[in-house]
Parts: sequence; C-alpha cells; structure tokens
Amino acid sequence: MALKGLDIFKLSPKKNCKECGSPTCMAFSMKVAQGAVSIDACPYFSEDAKAAMSEATAPPMKTIKVGAGENEMVLGGETVLFRHEKTFVNKTRYAVDICSCMDDATIEAKVAELKHVDYERIGERMYVEMIDVEYDPASGADRYVEVVKKVAGEGRVLILDCQDVEVAKAALDVCKDAKPVLNGANAQNYEAMSKLATEAGVVLGVYGADENELFDTLAALEKLGNKNLVFNACTSSVKAAFATAVQFRKAAIKDSNRTCGYPSIVNVSKLAKGDSHLQAALLSLFTVKYGSIVIAEKISYAEALPLYGLRQNVFTDPQKPMKVEPGIYRINGADENSICLTTVDFALTYFVVSGELERSGVPCNLIINDAGGLSVLTSWAAGKFSSSSIAKFFQEQDIEGKIKCRKLCIPGKVAVLKGELEAKMPGWEIIVAPREAVQLVKFLKDMQ
Amino acid sequence: MPFTAKSGKFSASINTLTMGTGEKAIVLGGENVLPFYTFDAPIENAPKVGIEITDGGLEAEPECVKKYYEGCETIVDMAKKAATFEGVDFLSIHLEGGDPNGENKPTEELIKIVKEVAEAVDLPIVISGCKNVEKDSEIFAKASEVLSGKNAVMLAAKEENYKNVGASAGLAYKQIVGAESADDINLAKQLNVLLTQLGVDAKSIVMNVGTAAAGYGYEYVVSTMDRIKAAALQQGDATLQMPIITPVASETWGIKESIATEEDMPEWGDQEARGIDMEVETAAADLASGSNAVILKHPVSVATISKMIKALV
Ligand code: B12
Ligand code: SF4
Repeated sequence: MALKGLDIFKLSPKKNCKECGSPTCMAFSMKVAQGAVSIDACPYFSEDAKAAMSEATAPPMKTIKVGAGENEMVLGGETVLFRHEKTFVNKTRYAVDICSCMDDATIEAKVAELKHVDYERIGERMYVEMIDVEYDPASGADRYVEVVKKVAGEGRVLILDCQDVEVAKAALDVCKDAKPVLNGANAQNYEAMSKLATEAGVVLGVYGADENELFDTLAALEKLGNKNLVFNACTSSVKAAFATAVQFRKAAIKDSNRTCGYPSIVNVSKLAKGDSHLQAALLSLFTVKYGSIVIAEKISYAEALPLYGLRQNVFTDPQKPMKVEPGIYRINGADENSICLTTVDFALTYFVVSGELERSGVPCNLIINDAGGLSVLTSWAAGKFSSSSIAKFFQEQDIEGKIKCRKLCIPGKVAVLKGELEAKMPGWEIIVAPREAVQLVKFLKDMQ
Repeated sequence: MPFTAKSGKFSASINTLTMGTGEKAIVLGGENVLPFYTFDAPIENAPKVGIEITDGGLEAEPECVKKYYEGCETIVDMAKKAATFEGVDFLSIHLEGGDPNGENKPTEELIKIVKEVAEAVDLPIVISGCKNVEKDSEIFAKASEVLSGKNAVMLAAKEENYKNVGASAGLAYKQIVGAESADDINLAKQLNVLLTQLGVDAKSIVMNVGTAAAGYGYEYVVSTMDRIKAAALQQGDATLQMPIITPVASETWGIKESIATEEDMPEWGDQEARGIDMEVETAAADLASGSNAVILKHPVSVATISKMIKALV
C-alpha cells in the first residue's frame, strides 16, 4: 500500500532547512510519495520514522529465504490470492517428517525413500526439498542432536521441529550454517527462541494453539524486531489448518494485515496420520490453497507425480505460454531414413512425447509443428493443428528435403486428420498412432 | 489483540440443485462462500462424490479396480456393489462404448443398461455420454425418457448439441442438464445463457467447466473455476451460479502415471497407489477450486475424498 505525502510529512523533521533540495519538508514529502526522490536525500529523518515508512510501503507478504548455498530457496512474497489476477511467484515446497523417536533403520529407510524421488519435468527438478526433524522429549536431547546430524548432510533444508529451547540450541549448533528453519516458537518460549534464531541467523517458525494465540505470538515477535518468520497452520483439525492457511493469506493480501504476511507451514502428516491417500489429497489441497511448506509422512512417486505436476501448473505465469521451438527433433540417433512422428509445440506435450520416444530406444524424427503452444486437441479445436497447417509447415520447413522416410505418425487424438493429410501430402503414408504417448513404446516396437 | 478476519461471505449464492429422489437424494450448491471457506459462513451442502462404472463392465476397469467388484457378473451387479462402497453419494454410468469412432454400440443396448441399473440401485444417477455430439443427443434423449421422474443428470450438453439435449433432457423430461464447456468462463456462461433461452430452468443446470489431470494443463482448470466462482458470488452473475460437477476418473485413468506398469517404470513403484493418488490429488484440487461434485473410479479414492470433504465442512 503506497504511503500518502501527508503521512510522510507527519514523520518528517519539519525543519524546512532545504538541504534535501526541496523548499520545504512538505514539498519533499510529496516528492517521496511520488517516488521522485529517495528518503535518504534528507539527513534528518529519524531511523524510527524510516522504519515506519518502509513498513508501510513493504509488500503484503514477506519473502523469506531458507537454506544455504545451492539449497537456498525462497518462500512467500505472493501479491495475489488467485493466479489469474497476476501470478503466484514462490512455489510450495514439500518436506517429509522424521522423528527422534524413530530408530536408525527407520530413519535411513525414510531418507532413502524421499531421496528416491528426484526427476526432471519440463526443465524443473522435482524432489523432496526439506526434511522435518521432530523432537521427541522421551528419547532425549542427545538423540535429537544425533538425528539432526545424521540427516544434515542429505542436501535437504532441515526444519528443526522442537519447542524446547535448550535442545533447539544444541541442534542448531550442529547445522546452523545450512540455514534450517527453527520451528519452535510458541506463546511461552518465543522470546528465548527468537533470540536463538536471530543469533544463528535462521528463520523462526511460530506455533499457536489457535489462530488468536498464533497471531498474538507473531505480533509479539515483530515487536521484538524479528520479522524473519514463518507460521504453522493450526494442527487441531484439517478444518482449522485450512482456516489458518486461507485466513492469514487473505488478511495479509486483501486487508494489509502484515502480521499475517508470512509463509505458512502445514503439517499434513499430523492431520492425517497413517492415511497416505488422505495425506496425498491434503498435499494437493494445500498446494492450491496457500501452503508454503507442506510436511507429509512420506512422498514416494505415487504422491509426487501428480503433486509436482500440479505445482508446476499452478505456479506458471499465466502471461507466458510454455512453448518449444518448432522443427525436427532427431531422437535416439535418428537420421533421414528414420520414421517420422508429428505433434504440437506445447512444452508439456513435447516433454511427454519425447520422453516416451526416448524410452522406446527407436530412432525417430519428431516433427514439432507451430501450433501456438497449445495441446493437441486444443490446437486442433482452435484450427492451429489442422491438415492444412501441417502440410504448410512441412513445405515451409522443407521437411521432404531433409528427411527421406515417408511414413508419418499422427497423434491418435486427431485420427480424423488422416484422410485430409493423405490428400494434401501426396507420397506420405499417414499412420494413426495411439491416443496416449505412453502407448508409443509398444507401438513403435511392434511396428519394427 | 486477537486475530480478526474480515468475513468473505457474499450476498449472492450458488444455486441449490437436488439430484435423485427419495431418501438417497442429494443437494448440490447453496453456498455463499468460496470452496470450504466455512469460517466465512457455514456450508450447508457439502460437495458430493460419485462413482463411475461404464458400459464396458468389469473388463473395461483398470486391473487394480477389478478386485473390488469380485463376484460381479453383470453391470447391474457392479452398480449394486458400487452403491455399497464407503463415501458414495451418486452413481455415474459412463456410456463410452457409444462412440461411433470406438465400439459404436447401438443406443438401445446402452439404454438397456441404464434402465436395468436404475431399477437396481436407488442412488442418484448421472449419465455420462460418449463425447460424440450426435450420438450423445440420441443417448441423452432416450436415457431421459427411461429415467423419467428420477432427477438424473445428463452429462453433458455442449455448444454443438445443446438444443437437442436441452429440449429432451431439460424440457421434455425435466432431468438435470449438464452443460459442458472447455476451460473458459465465457464459454461456460454462453452455454448457460443459450440453455436458459431455450427454456431450460437455470436451477436445473449443472456445469462441467472442464478438467484435466493434475500436471496436464491443470492451471487452466484452477483459473477457470476461480473466475467462475468470483463471477457467481462476488459479482452476483446469475448465469454462472450453477453448481459445478467434475468428471475426474475419465481424465486420470488414461494417463501415464496411472497406466504405466511397474515393469515399465520400475522406479515409480506400486501402480495402484499411483492411480489412486493421481485421482485423489486431482479431485482435491478440483474441489478446492470450486467443484460441487466429483466423479471418481477407485473405491479407495472415493472413501478418501469423502473423508477429506467431511473433515473440511
Ligand atoms: C488446458 C486446456 C486448454 C488451454 C490451452 C492450454 C495449452 N497450452 O494447450 C486453453 C484454456 C487456452 C484452452 C483453450 C481451448 N480449448 Co482446451 N483444453 C485444455 C485441456 C483441459 C487440457 C489440455 C492439455 O494441456 N493436455 C495435456 C497435453 C499433454 O495433451 P496432448 O497435447 O493431447 O498430448 C497427449 C496426447 O495427445 C499424446 N500425444 C501428443 N502428441 C502425440 C504424438 C503422437 C505421435 C502420439 C502417438 C501421441 C501424442 O501425448 C500426450 C499425453 O498422452 C483439455 C481437456 C483435457 N482434459 O484434455 C481441453 C480441450 C483440449 N480444449 C478444448 C477446446 C474446444 C478448446 C477451445 C477451442 C475452446 C475454448 N476454451 O475457447 C480453446 C481453443 C484455444 C484457442 N482458441 O486459443 C476441447 C477440445 C475438444 C475436442 N475434442 O475437439 C478439450 C478436449 C476440452 C473438452 N473436453 O471439450 N484449452
Ligand atoms: S532536508 Fe529534511 S528537514 Fe530539511 S527541508 Fe528537506 S526534508 Fe525537511
């Protein structure tokens, strides 16, 4: 929210000394409000006044950094409630939780499972980015530190889930350089926890029994000068967690309530313990609605494949379609005699189809049409992937000069194009390939 | 100072619509808040979950679904069994075999199935068409007739066949007319307007505004639903206040994540878990974006999503 000139004037030194180059403090304040000059041009504004102003002009939701080096990642910083209003900027990050109550074998198995999920999808690395390490008082402080040490080297950002100040301190000592999240402040311990987090230079996670307590604790921490915070959505029920995540985001962005303007942590492993499918549903729910970090009991490929695809979709910029360059893509060492397949230039389609073609091991030429970056059926329905457009594209690109093979496979979803293509592209044998790319491996092998 | 949230309750609301009759009838819509925003105002009618069977019977089901229908010999057996699964609110009979470019089953054969199933179960019924606009016009007309008085949903009329479907399902037999558009708020609105101009009661229209599996162009699904709910509730646009029904199963069970076997993709692990999670995660996102009902296939998905809804409303 922009500050008005008058608000700035109220905070100004009111000396009218002209040192800033403006005739009066009032004139100077107006220029600052318009963004014409920097507040620093006046040597007399108090630090308090400057802080108050930067506060008032700050974005509605804080941008918070966690992790260090190549593991550094950014949370929050959102400016809209719905992606069509502009875009979402910092994607949801996922964590798997382990507990100091688990034995070594269990922990090792969980780490191995989460590290197993690591793949690329349309240029983005998909993996479990964080590990939540929960403190179990019964097994003691030493065990907690030992577990933290054990997982600290796994290349994941740690969340130290521990509300005991002494234990948290010991754990931070062994991993603070990697900038974990110290997820342990509550209404009772927040002063000590804040001191600990500030000294270690790490983000502090805040708990509250309900929304009011959470809000008050956040406000108290801000008062102490700590704004390097994330908050935990209430874990008393799914309903309470959803209410916290949504209401805080709404309050921050719509009602400029900055105390709510921090990234959120939602622990679905607590909300749906032991029910992996319900956790999958909740992972998805909180990706769409305002989870900045979502913690689950496990993330295997079953949970990850839809989830990371969903996240990639939801966090794309609506203004930028994801396209690939039209042209010939030679796959598996294809040459001019290899079989041809054709499809559209939508990045997702290209990614799925080329992946399957690679998997088949069969050399082939994938000819990507200029279809406006739309999917097969969408571009077909929009008239951008028709027999005429394909025939024209082949001519313009001189495909016949570059490739000798005259067998062309078309996507099964546009089987209707076969007849027209045969008429418009004499000499070519048009083959209707399967509807789904996943069937390509078998299709190509059978054809050989 | 306690946390005070401004209420996001709207003065407009989504239409209420009753599917089915008798004890098992269900009500969609009625809310005046965004999906699951019960902190703004109570949501009286929680979103509903349907289960889908097809004219292909047991044979056409994914391998991992078959075991839940063990002992079923006919589609009617399957329908009866489906009605007993935990969390099932309604039944969708997907007549995909009617597609002239596919099996091209005659309409009479499909309608026979519809009739038998409807006699055997008392759940509200959705008839999902084969997507071919001419054939669907025929199927919906006949299905509306045999399901007379049952408040069934014909899913769905499209821009190309809304006149036929609207006239038979909506006007002649007073069924609920599904209105299907492709991920675009303006198209959704236009189809609703056309249907009501034809004389179909706005209160007996349910929209399918398009869907995709998670990861497959899903951003358009989210934005389309977000925008429709904003128009319906915030701007009070009566031409978009119809509840939304979303067929999920027909999107998710055909894609790689669900159909690649473990042999094909050893690192991906258990195929059944992949199929369920793809269905469940897509459905959860649909509901979070504004669907008032989802249609699923796997019994575990149905139970899971039903549990999620109960936890949220
Ligand atoms: C997202 C979407 C859009 C987005 C476009 C996003 C994009 N970049 O393409 C938007 C909102 C812009 C859009 C617009 C339209 N859309 Co649209 N859209 C979809 C939606 C939901 C998903 C499409 C998608 O991303 N699929 C994922 C990609 C990867 O799929 P794909 O390209 O088909 O690739 C798969 C296969 O075809 C195969 N494959 C691909 N290439 C090849 C090649 C070979 C050789 C082989 C073997 C296989 C193969 O592999 C892939 C995976 O298996 C679908 C519905 C659906 N659920 O599919 C409707 C859909 C495609 N749209 C449709 C329509 C009608 C339209 C519009 C004309 C209407 C409108 N809304 O205005 C417009 C046209 C666009 C324009 N005028 O600019 C219809 C098409 C109907 C039909 N059967 O003809 C659909 C099917 C929705 C419906 N049920 O009505 N749409
Ligand atoms: S330099 Fe500062 S105090 Fe002096 S006139 Fe400018 S604004 Fe006022």
